[in-house]
Amino acid sequence: MQLDSKIPSGPIEKKWDNRRFELKLVNPANKRKYKVLVVGTGLAGGSAAATLGELGYQVEAFTFHDSPRRAHSIAAQGGINAAKNYKGDGDSVFRLFYDTVKGGDFRAREANVYRLAQVSVNIIDQCVAQGVPFAREYGGYLDNRSFGGAQVSRTFYARGQTGQQLLIGCYQALERQVKAGTVKMRTRKEMLDVVVVDGEAKGIITRDLVTGQIERHYGDAVVLATGGYGNVFYLSTNAMNCNVTAAFRAYRRGAAFANPCYTQIHPTCIPVSGDYQSKLTLMSESLRNDGRIWVPKKAGDKRAASDIPESERDYYLERKYPSFGNLSPRDIASRAAKEVCDEGRGVGPGGLGVYLDFADSIRRLGEDTIRARYGNLFQMYEKITGENPYRVPMRIYPAVHYTMGGLWVDYNLMTTIPGLYAIGEANFSDHGANRLGASALMQGLADGYFVLPYTIGDYLATQKPGAVGVDHAAFAEAENEVRARTERLLSVNGSRTVDSFHRELGKLIWDHCGMARTADGLRDALQKIPALREEFYGDVRVPGSGAALNQELEKAGRVADFMEFGELMCLDALTREESAGGHFRSEHQTEDGEAQRDDENYCHVAAWEYTGYGQKPNEHREPLVFENVKLAVRSYK
Amino acid sequence: MQDMRLKLHIWRQAGPEAQGALRTYEVTANEHMSFLEMLDVLNQDLIEKGEEPVAFEHDCREGICGTCNMVIDGRPHGPQKGTTACQLHMRAFKDGDEIHVEPWRATAFPIIKDLVVDRAPFDRIIASGGFVSVNTGAAQDANEIPVPKADADDAFSYAACIGCGACVAACKNASAMLFTAAKFAHLEKLPQGRVESERRALAMVEQHDAEGFGACTNQYECEAVCPKEISVTSIAMLNKAYRSAVLKTRETV
Repeated sequence: MQLDSKIPSGPIEKKWDNRRFELKLVNPANKRKYKVLVVGTGLAGGSAAATLGELGYQVEAFTFHDSPRRAHSIAAQGGINAAKNYKGDGDSVFRLFYDTVKGGDFRAREANVYRLAQVSVNIIDQCVAQGVPFAREYGGYLDNRSFGGAQVSRTFYARGQTGQQLLIGCYQALERQVKAGTVKMRTRKEMLDVVVVDGEAKGIITRDLVTGQIERHYGDAVVLATGGYGNVFYLSTNAMNCNVTAAFRAYRRGAAFANPCYTQIHPTCIPVSGDYQSKLTLMSESLRNDGRIWVPKKAGDKRAASDIPESERDYYLERKYPSFGNLSPRDIASRAAKEVCDEGRGVGPGGLGVYLDFADSIRRLGEDTIRARYGNLFQMYEKITGENPYRVPMRIYPAVHYTMGGLWVDYNLMTTIPGLYAIGEANFSDHGANRLGASALMQGLADGYFVLPYTIGDYLATQKPGAVGVDHAAFAEAENEVRARTERLLSVNGSRTVDSFHRELGKLIWDHCGMARTADGLRDALQKIPALREEFYGDVRVPGSGAALNQELEKAGRVADFMEFGELMCLDALTREESAGGHFRSEHQTEDGEAQRDDENYCHVAAWEYTGYGQKPNEHREPLVFENVKLAVRSYK
Repeated sequence: MQDMRLKLHIWRQAGPEAQGALRTYEVTANEHMSFLEMLDVLNQDLIEKGEEPVAFEHDCREGICGTCNMVIDGRPHGPQKGTTACQLHMRAFKDGDEIHVEPWRATAFPIIKDLVVDRAPFDRIIASGGFVSVNTGAAQDANEIPVPKADADDAFSYAACIGCGACVAACKNASAMLFTAAKFAHLEKLPQGRVESERRALAMVEQHDAEGFGACTNQYECEAVCPKEISVTSIAMLNKAYRSAVLKTRETV
């Protein structure tokens, strides 16, 4: 396997222009002859499918949901970054680029990040034209707020429902193409394999979730926009159905998987309340604009928050990171919360929580202003916890939220399988070892609206449309493998539920590959995961049949892939002997407990190549070169 | 933490053509669980006993994706105002309660299995005209068109619809006018959307009727159960625009 990042030549601000000029074009009359399969209809997949449809390609878009409006992009609360500099506070494309590279702890590819910052401004224009109701000021112009890791206000938002509004905009654009006949929408179909013909991606195998039919679909190119793998932890802020299956199936077919150990633990989530818990709920980072994070100074202080005087409170983020304070990047804020809880200063039942307190802001701005800014978030918090955050501080704790790792892609967003593209959270490219707040929506839409629609033409122009049919032997082989896997899961008929295995796997990964990782812990996990996987295949119980709607079967297939994927994650974490962003190896920290990178030996992307079930994968390294941002110790002090 | 013993009467139906019935189950829950977590507990029990778990749809479990849909004690999404089923917590119930759980019932939403229904008609209503016709890349600078804050806020409040279908389930006519009008009103409140207003009103209402949803007779059960509390003034806006568009088209014929 050769990793060729295909970074364009020229100075950084010219690279994307140069590439757009170099890319081969498909003439408008020929576009309709090419079929592109887009898997996933969140912000990345939905925007790509809509735009490819507008350009005139034949698009088939797949989602396992009942509608393309349901993808988890919808749950993003806080906002979307763009280098508009509408505030005149010193923002620029270069500053957004710089902040993102630094926020990612210098483990992202410079050229990709610069392009992301460049097209960020077009995204806002596009969304406003679609009718996305962003927040506005009284003058009628767009409003901005601040987010972690930045000292400018560049985040556009629609109350606490920015992801929803952007996704609805993109969904409407997609449905418009469905009506126009350029996009065929395939709902309730789950992709279970990629079909590779002579080394190139030429289709997918899906299971119809209602009828159970295993189906073959041909495409001249395949785009995976299937999101992240945070649910490997079982408990995360991801929606219940988020999974790694599509990306993992692609990995098994030869697509390299990059940096799987880079996972983001979000500092502000509602703490776990019991064993039955099915998921965790995020409280938007935007709350840190007006909320102050603190714990008691004394360990084991059981007094109510209101009984603890100011002098006995430790506003630890403001103390440790005075220039960024409560708006320190996510990885730093999460680790700081873990630290104070490990010292016994955590609050709430079990001591796994810290306060996010709005009392000062309510005094300063009034309750109405706070309600206007965060009303729905406060309401959501109260529904879950039964506590009123206007009166008592919120209790929060870090939880798994986003995965920076993903399928390795070159500058054109193509994986190591020609014809197979990965966009949005499913790829690895833009966030390095830590993603900044409000950058996920930006990346999903950048890839889908403004990058992939250009770059995919370069590949298609070299292809003869419809060259291979679904009767090709590779389709039959992939279909048979999918059938065999499904039947295997149904035939075990053991004693344990799929959820019980998923929970056990999640706990293993959280304990050993969570907020802090050690070589011993990771080795332990690498022993235990294969054993758990064997137990899964020997004792899982999947009721019902494969010939109808069977939600347990769907879950079983996803958990089976997590069982293999979790091992890859731990291997990557063990191999990366440094701390960077969300990957914190306890062995590698500075005296004051900050992440310590090793730029000499680990300034690279680790891309893993599948070598067989239970076999150790091969590691390939793409060196990262920093020509425009100086490699430095990340400081937010 | 106090245990709650509950008796559940849940609609079970093996497939679209099968005969369905309410079946009774017992489950032990506690007040911190969400309603769906309580159903998870029941399902784990059923699987361990060798029975088929109850099929129900859910995804984000934080009230925004619109996937979950069930009628709880006769009310879509259950007893709490402005709350989806996934956000409903068991503290809304007490030990010894009997709870009825049923699917959305509407001709246009056929049952697939147990509590799962087919809501594809909603996508087709959006496809008929619930969008602004702008291709990617054709947009001008976002601040070129100032939008009064009040209009932007109004547009947002209609755009907050999550497409769950509770409005249809609550309506005696199984009308989807609140869903249809919420989208119409969102776009109508913005200069970007107003350009296609007439065409949109005609197309969306026609598609709504073609899907087999009933007519709106202004009873407002939809607004009462809407988890996003979308106002029925949107229906008045759509009706007005529709009437005027129909008259205009007749004149030109």
